[in-house]
Amino acid sequence: MANWVPLWLHRLGSPPTFYRFAGAVYPWALGLAFVLGAIALYGGLVVAPADYQQGDAYRIIFIHVPSAWMSLFIYGVMTLAAFIALVWRIKLAETVAMASAPIGAAFTAITLATGSLWGKPMWGTWWTWDARLTSELVLLFIYLGIIGLCHAFEDRRQGARAAAFLVLVGAVNVPIVHFSVNWWNTLHQGATIRLLGPSHMAASMVWPLLTMMGATKFYYIASLFSRVRTELLAAEGGKAWVRELAVAGVAGGKA
Amino acid sequence: MTSPSPLLEARALCFSRQDEPVFGPVDFALHGGEVALVEGDNGSGKTTLMRVLTGMLHAGEGEVLLDGAPFALDTMAGAVVFLGHHLGLKFDLSARENLAVSAGLYGVRAGTSITAVLGDVGLAGFEDEPVRRLSAGQKKRAALARLLLLPARVWLLDEPYANLDREGIALVNRLLRDHAARGGAALVTSHGAVTFAGDEPRRIRLHA
Amino acid sequence: MTPGSTPAACAALLRRDLTLAWRRRGDIALPVLYAVIVVTLFPFALGPEPQLLQRIAGGVVFVTVLLAMLLSLDGLFRPDIDDGSMEQLMLAPQPLALLVGMKILAHWLTAALPLVVVAPVLASMLHLPPPAIVVLVVALAVATPLLSLLGAVLVALAAGAKRSGMLLALMLLPLCVPVVIFAAGAVAAAQDGLPWIAPIAWLGAGLALAVVLAPLACAAALRIAMDT
Repeated sequence: MANWVPLWLHRLGSPPTFYRFAGAVYPWALGLAFVLGAIALYGGLVVAPADYQQGDAYRIIFIHVPSAWMSLFIYGVMTLAAFIALVWRIKLAETVAMASAPIGAAFTAITLATGSLWGKPMWGTWWTWDARLTSELVLLFIYLGIIGLCHAFEDRRQGARAAAFLVLVGAVNVPIVHFSVNWWNTLHQGATIRLLGPSHMAASMVWPLLTMMGATKFYYIASLFSRVRTELLAAEGGKAWVRELAVAGVAGGKA
Repeated sequence: MTSPSPLLEARALCFSRQDEPVFGPVDFALHGGEVALVEGDNGSGKTTLMRVLTGMLHAGEGEVLLDGAPFALDTMAGAVVFLGHHLGLKFDLSARENLAVSAGLYGVRAGTSITAVLGDVGLAGFEDEPVRRLSAGQKKRAALARLLLLPARVWLLDEPYANLDREGIALVNRLLRDHAARGGAALVTSHGAVTFAGDEPRRIRLHA
Repeated sequence: MTPGSTPAACAALLRRDLTLAWRRRGDIALPVLYAVIVVTLFPFALGPEPQLLQRIAGGVVFVTVLLAMLLSLDGLFRPDIDDGSMEQLMLAPQPLALLVGMKILAHWLTAALPLVVVAPVLASMLHLPPPAIVVLVVALAVATPLLSLLGAVLVALAAGAKRSGMLLALMLLPLCVPVVIFAAGAVAAAQDGLPWIAPIAWLGAGLALAVVLAPLACAAALRIAMDT
């Protein structure tokens, strides 16, 4: 592997650099997440027309679909971070992978909860073994397994490395699960109603959806950076840059 | 028998756990025919150093060279044998069966046999007894027999004197002397209570 | 075989693990006993109607075998790590992945094969028709080594952890889902008179991949576990 990759990663991945960078980005990302989220909710709940088949119940897609998308997106980010962490032993990548897991698990749980809320009026039941819901449930278990493994070790870094390995195993497994669950669903003739029908959506439905997708991305960035900053402080507590930060914080009131 | 490059060499070897340095930069070169004693108090990182040298523990900085080549778990091909706090014996098997497994994995030093090495460490008559029934000192002797049996040139012995009586200590010293005479190298940790018989060994000091 | 050669090393390790299992043969019987107990409880819980039992037989036997295997998985590497044998394996001149593969093979022979052998008995207790029993045994013969291999990777990952019992089940579930779907699906298809080769072929493809990749993954995971 080319030599510049680890070099470049090491520079960006140096904890003090990243700590400052994340601290600068965090308020902007959080602010954008709330502003975009508010606009998207207004567009989705007030502006967009009711669906001619599903009435107002469909409006839950403005939460459900961006969450489902995030649950996979975050797994993708974790896979990349875990790969970097294992190959080049970069501590920041371990931290990013492990700090992402609870956020991804939360988005997965929101996807399942909103899917279930939508299912009650549409299917007449809170839970159905629909292929996509089932895959999402398995994804939640993968997230929980990663979080559990990471915390089962006494040595924080060893836990992170083992869990990063599990992230990669899961990345191979997710498509296989999805494929097998689809096969199983056709075998057992599951429910066929879909949350997003094949019909084209009106533009007034599309823009709030896209805006909400942007909002969830920024929320992820804000939440991830805040978690990583905390983790870095905890893990590097004895290092000089943290001590300087603490001294500056006491003296000037602001870090 | 002297080889041009040292059998085992450490260059500026450091190890940190959770960013707390466990041992500082360690430098040493161990040639064939040399035995070195690693000294240090409890918690000074003797066992950690041994595990780093076996390649099981990833060193933070510095490098380990075996025969002049950078050393990795995959490439060292049984050149190193390690005796740690855990003896690596299966208690449900006899000493003979345990050694047979080691021989299968590592091969056998030319001119020895399992029966011969078990006799050599004073376990004649106990070869087929399950290791579970041996005393702590006898278990240790069974593990020491493995050193004699395997062809490895580098011995890493973590506290080999623990649990041994005076005779056992003499046995370890004799094994080390013979190994050095054959051109092998050995690194031995001890918290200092034991003196080598014969030549004054090299000492590597670790500071807590 | 010369001592120290790769075949000799594999044979020595396989013989060691089988001998150890034989010296503690009571432990081999435990998963089988567990499976028998669980399957016996189903008719009491659901009622003895043959139609109902026949409908669920394939799935029940399969899930029971899976859980019984989970019982023994924790003991795959932990004893070796606790008594220092794992260090000896890692320093041996042979590739660790190959040695780990031997350990998995020994585990399958001692922990899974007895379950495959009693599976027809369990299935008959639930009135599964004989043609479907044949398919069940074929499915188990392919799926249990796959489960051993996948489980071994996770056990290796959790080997360095303080506690791993429940964690192992949580980690194994997502990996098991496809295996359970295809194996139980093959039995269900055979019961309905449908072709059942396709799901078995998928399992076989998975097994072929896992035989190659799982020992490598296992060795990497063990290195992480021992890196402490």
